[in-house]
Amino acid sequence: MASTPLKRTSLYDVHRAAGARIVEFGGWEMPVQYAGIVAEHHAVRTAAGLFDVSHMGEVEIVGPGALESVQRLVTNDASRLTPGGGLYSPMCLPSGGIIDDLTVFRLHSDRFLLVVNATRTERDFRWIAEHTRAATARNRSAELALLALQGPKAETILGRLTGADLTQLASFHLAEGMEVAGLACLVARTGYTGENGFEIACEWDAAPVLWRALVDAGSPDGLVPAGLGARDTLRLEAGYMLYGNDIDETTTPLEAPLGWTIKFEKGEFIGREALLAQKERGAVRKLVGFEMMERAVPRHGYAVLAGGRPTGQVTSGTFGPWVRKSIGMGYVARECAAVGTPLQVDIRGRPTGAKVVKLPFYKRMAETGKPGNEETRPRVG
Amino acid sequence: MYPKDLRYSSEHEWVRVEDGRVRVGITRFAADRLTDVVFVELPAVGAKVTFMQPFGVVESVKAVSDLYAPLSGTVVEVNPALVDSPEVVNSDPYGKGWMIVVQPDDLGELERLMPVDQYLVAIGEAAP
Repeated sequence: MASTPLKRTSLYDVHRAAGARIVEFGGWEMPVQYAGIVAEHHAVRTAAGLFDVSHMGEVEIVGPGALESVQRLVTNDASRLTPGGGLYSPMCLPSGGIIDDLTVFRLHSDRFLLVVNATRTERDFRWIAEHTRAATARNRSAELALLALQGPKAETILGRLTGADLTQLASFHLAEGMEVAGLACLVARTGYTGENGFEIACEWDAAPVLWRALVDAGSPDGLVPAGLGARDTLRLEAGYMLYGNDIDETTTPLEAPLGWTIKFEKGEFIGREALLAQKERGAVRKLVGFEMMERAVPRHGYAVLAGGRPTGQVTSGTFGPWVRKSIGMGYVARECAAVGTPLQVDIRGRPTGAKVVKLPFYKRMAETGKPGNEETRPRVG
Repeated sequence: MYPKDLRYSSEHEWVRVEDGRVRVGITRFAADRLTDVVFVELPAVGAKVTFMQPFGVVESVKAVSDLYAPLSGTVVEVNPALVDSPEVVNSDPYGKGWMIVVQPDDLGELERLMPVDQYLVAIGEAAP
């Protein structure tokens, strides 16, 4: 199908040598799994996993108008960020539809770094460049590799490779120029798994050295390489949106559970009028999390019914390897969005029982650093 | 990995003849390709299955795949262990991971299935 050749990260050969199964994702050849999705998922919940996410895009906005440009582009409020601070935000069309969801870091007062989805990098960059005033947008995606080190052991492992005091790096904060395994890196305490962890950017060609150093430092603690398969099951348990599945240009942050990222009071931003109007009249559909009453797995695109009548579609679904339940997310009519509402998912023609539950499906116990749900998690065997 | 006493279908099911009935499961190759089986949907006892027609579904974390009947007949047993422990399809595909037992309409249909050496060639694990 692809009319252009597939792209590879600088870690492609490392993944192949490690026995990864490679799949196409958004124009990239990426590892979907090494030992297996469930094993990798459990390693991240109990020890650590290392992901290659170099396919993600990075866009820098620099200049005296950088803050004003970022404020116009995203719904969240970047003015409250001090250098080193970051936030999560949708970037919307005037209609309120979501162009992408991204992480915004303030590197300096007039310099921002936006980390965007791989599948949206080109679309995002054109949009950002078009709406940047008195600042310059630069696409750094081809020069920066990105690794995600995630799990309760992530901090211990990274600590072995750097002299920096990681306890000083708060959640959603970034340190520029941190030396890791002798390489100058951008290190952020962020992730997409529901665990404590870091996302580490380095020069594109330096990634294999960084990867091997992290694998060597982490193996004694149970670190394993993890692929996009586990990344997807981990993020779904953690209730995070996947762009292209759960949110896109036809859905708004108010329909998705992202209303908290819209800061109407900050002033003008693209999409503000449409979102304000939608907020006033109330979104007619809502994205909810649901769990199945049996093991049959809800998949993207399956119809969701309420009382036998179609009410929406599944946007993401899987069997949650840690919560040990079939779980999913999807848009339903707002009357059906309350926690506890019984739903049915049409699985191969059979309406299969489900019920709306509160997101996320999994939450770690941040205070103790121990995995959550340990006491309530059903066990098999 | 691929027992010699079984016969194999091109859709990666195995069959074992037991006193005129046949036990059916999926091969190690299929289980490895699927990875992490989390749900198996099987027909009820008494259901008819037809050679190379779907008789059930196996779901892994990532994907859904049809199961194809390696011969025609009537389902006489269904593996109850798969309801709560579908992962045995991965860990023990020729033992605890069996799926159904069929009373065949015609045991001669087994000739349409492959012996192990032919199956190994089919999956690229032996030279033709």
